[in-house]
Amino acid sequence: MSQSVTTSPPAPSSSTPPKRGYAKARSQGAIGAWMVAPAAVLLVTFVIVPIALTFALAFTNAKLVSPEPIELIGFDNFIRLAESSVFWKSLLNTVIFGLFVVPLQAGLALGLALLINVKVRGVNFFRTVYFLPVVTSMVVIAMLWTFMYQPTGLINGFLSIIGIDGPGWLQETSTALGAIIFMSIWQNVGFHMVIWLSGLQTISPTLYEASALDGATAWQQFKFVTWPGLKQTRTFILITITIAALALFTQVNIMTQGGPLDSTSTVVFQAVRTGFEQQQTGYASAISLVFFAIVLVISVIQRYLTREKDVR
Amino acid sequence: MTHSRSRRFAAASLAVGVALTMVACSKGSSSTSTASGTLKLWTHNAGNATELAAVTKVVDDYNASQTKYKVDIQAFPQDSYNKSVTAAAASKNLPCILDVDAPNVPNWAWAGYLSPLDGMDDMLSKFLPSTVGSWNGKNYSFGYYDVALAIISSKKILTENNIRIPEIDSPWTKDEFDAALKTLKDTGKFEYPLDMADGWTGEWWPYGYSPQLQSFGGDLINRSDYKSAEGVLNGPEAVAWATWFRSLVVDGYMPSKSGQDPAADFVNGKRAILWLGQWAASTLREKMADDVLFLPPVDFGNGPKIGGGSWQWSVSSGCADQAGALDYMKFAAQDKYVASVSEATFNIPATDAAAATVKGYEKGGVNDVFRQFSAKFAVIRPPTPGYPFIATEFTKTAQDILNGADPKQALDQAVANIDANQKSNNFFA
Repeated sequence: MSQSVTTSPPAPSSSTPPKRGYAKARSQGAIGAWMVAPAAVLLVTFVIVPIALTFALAFTNAKLVSPEPIELIGFDNFIRLAESSVFWKSLLNTVIFGLFVVPLQAGLALGLALLINVKVRGVNFFRTVYFLPVVTSMVVIAMLWTFMYQPTGLINGFLSIIGIDGPGWLQETSTALGAIIFMSIWQNVGFHMVIWLSGLQTISPTLYEASALDGATAWQQFKFVTWPGLKQTRTFILITITIAALALFTQVNIMTQGGPLDSTSTVVFQAVRTGFEQQQTGYASAISLVFFAIVLVISVIQRYLTREKDVR
Repeated sequence: MTHSRSRRFAAASLAVGVALTMVACSKGSSSTSTASGTLKLWTHNAGNATELAAVTKVVDDYNASQTKYKVDIQAFPQDSYNKSVTAAAASKNLPCILDVDAPNVPNWAWAGYLSPLDGMDDMLSKFLPSTVGSWNGKNYSFGYYDVALAIISSKKILTENNIRIPEIDSPWTKDEFDAALKTLKDTGKFEYPLDMADGWTGEWWPYGYSPQLQSFGGDLINRSDYKSAEGVLNGPEAVAWATWFRSLVVDGYMPSKSGQDPAADFVNGKRAILWLGQWAASTLREKMADDVLFLPPVDFGNGPKIGGGSWQWSVSSGCADQAGALDYMKFAAQDKYVASVSEATFNIPATDAAAATVKGYEKGGVNDVFRQFSAKFAVIRPPTPGYPFIATEFTKTAQDILNGADPKQALDQAVANIDANQKSNNFFA
């Protein structure tokens, strides 16, 4: 990233016949272009064009269903957004979700990875069990947990055994977001466990042997061997969990529809609701654009904080 | 030069690739309504075998009755149907004939998706008003049936607790209803005496609860010019409705979120009174025989009200053969088809002539009560293109109120949002 890429080499004069190496390079370029084409086409169609459209539509009054022509309305959508209490509430919920999910999920996943990174009979069984929720669709899991969270559901059934009268977890403003956070961590922790595990297995066993010979305790081994060895993995996990957490939508859409009293509304949920149910394409684009900017800023900050500090 | 040529070649290859993909993409969905003589028909009832069979019969009869046109059925699951139609409309690929949920008709008519049903006004005058979709003075759709809501309870429970069994001409008043709920709650036999299926989401909320708001004297929007909800959705009547609605939960008369199947909870003795549609009737009769009662809605001051309007048929404006589509619509609007489709769905036949031939809907039949409710109490959801927005606002507001939001504040916010949307669409002029 540090050096800028040089532009194309100086063009040869047109009178000289192309050399053999040049023809080869040319055909290689063509082959390369063809190989890039499928991915490029998909990227342009499904990523670049929609993003460009979002930028453009955010400044218009576009509607999903309307016979009227689209008009430019400047920053009206953004002003409306800034004045919308639901938006600020959604943003706050998204931030809270991220603040809980990122450290808890990453930490728990690391713990699980350390537990299963041992050579014991049957460890593959546990790896599979922890990974099982990840391969199940979030939609299915969200529906199952909706039943479990009901006032008369499984969870309150267990709680009543030890004498606790549990609430309707998804129906109280005080517990709904927490319930979703808990379920989301449970679902996703296996995925990041596997990533941590791959990181752990790149650390050379000789380092552990050497430190053991030096008389290091398990904690010292973790602190001075494992933790530094996981630097790259750590950055990757931090950024992917953060982005996934900010994009919280599926669970909310299925379990609470943003309720009760907007206590589980999120930015993406609000964008989808205004864009599709309320047919306000322009306004929804503005929400998406703001969301895009927020994610970008957070990612850049994280990238800056986790950069290679010792390399100049 | 050569370098730039190779680049240009690469760019050209890429462009060809893009073009090919686009052609491939658009090919799948195009040419739905252009082939001459063939009329595509879309319906939402892929998940409902009996209704689909009844509609297929209409189409088969039509295809056999003449040789000029051939109607071709395509069925979608209900959940994704509206999205499919909107997407098809946006890419101008609507089929010739399609069914539409009644409250969406004005929105789609305004958007130019639908053609008016020219020359069918006489025929449609025989239909129940709530089964004909119109906007701006023109008819755009008709339905084979309507569905009625009712208070459902048990003869045994009501008589045991000395609660009067209401008749169509003497429904419960608000005070009577509240007193009945209190009596039933005090028996201690019911976890919650009332269930209004508030665990359901989406269109059920405006369909099920805006009639109660109307019975209190409020409404979703001012129906004189459909420009503003000010004063009707946040007036004193609406606030009274909202306060009452919330009190049901506070007083423990109704769960803040019902189970997925309130009828089952009722059969199992967990609930005493339901506010539900007639679709529950056949199951309940099977399980409870004569004990189940289908009672008129509560009169909260402005007369009992129920929601009107169900699925209806319409012709798309993009259809290349309007004459053919209209020909089918006229054929399909015959009484015998009104009868056969209503019979298959257990719903209220849209015409008198059809009702006379459907078992249960003849005068004095077991289902006649639903037809009477529909004729006497049905209020269609506001026929304005702004309805889809109003519906989502009402749903969210009512949910918030049920969860404890301040009624006046929540309703004021809903009015502000609805008015802003009506205005930003130039009042759908």
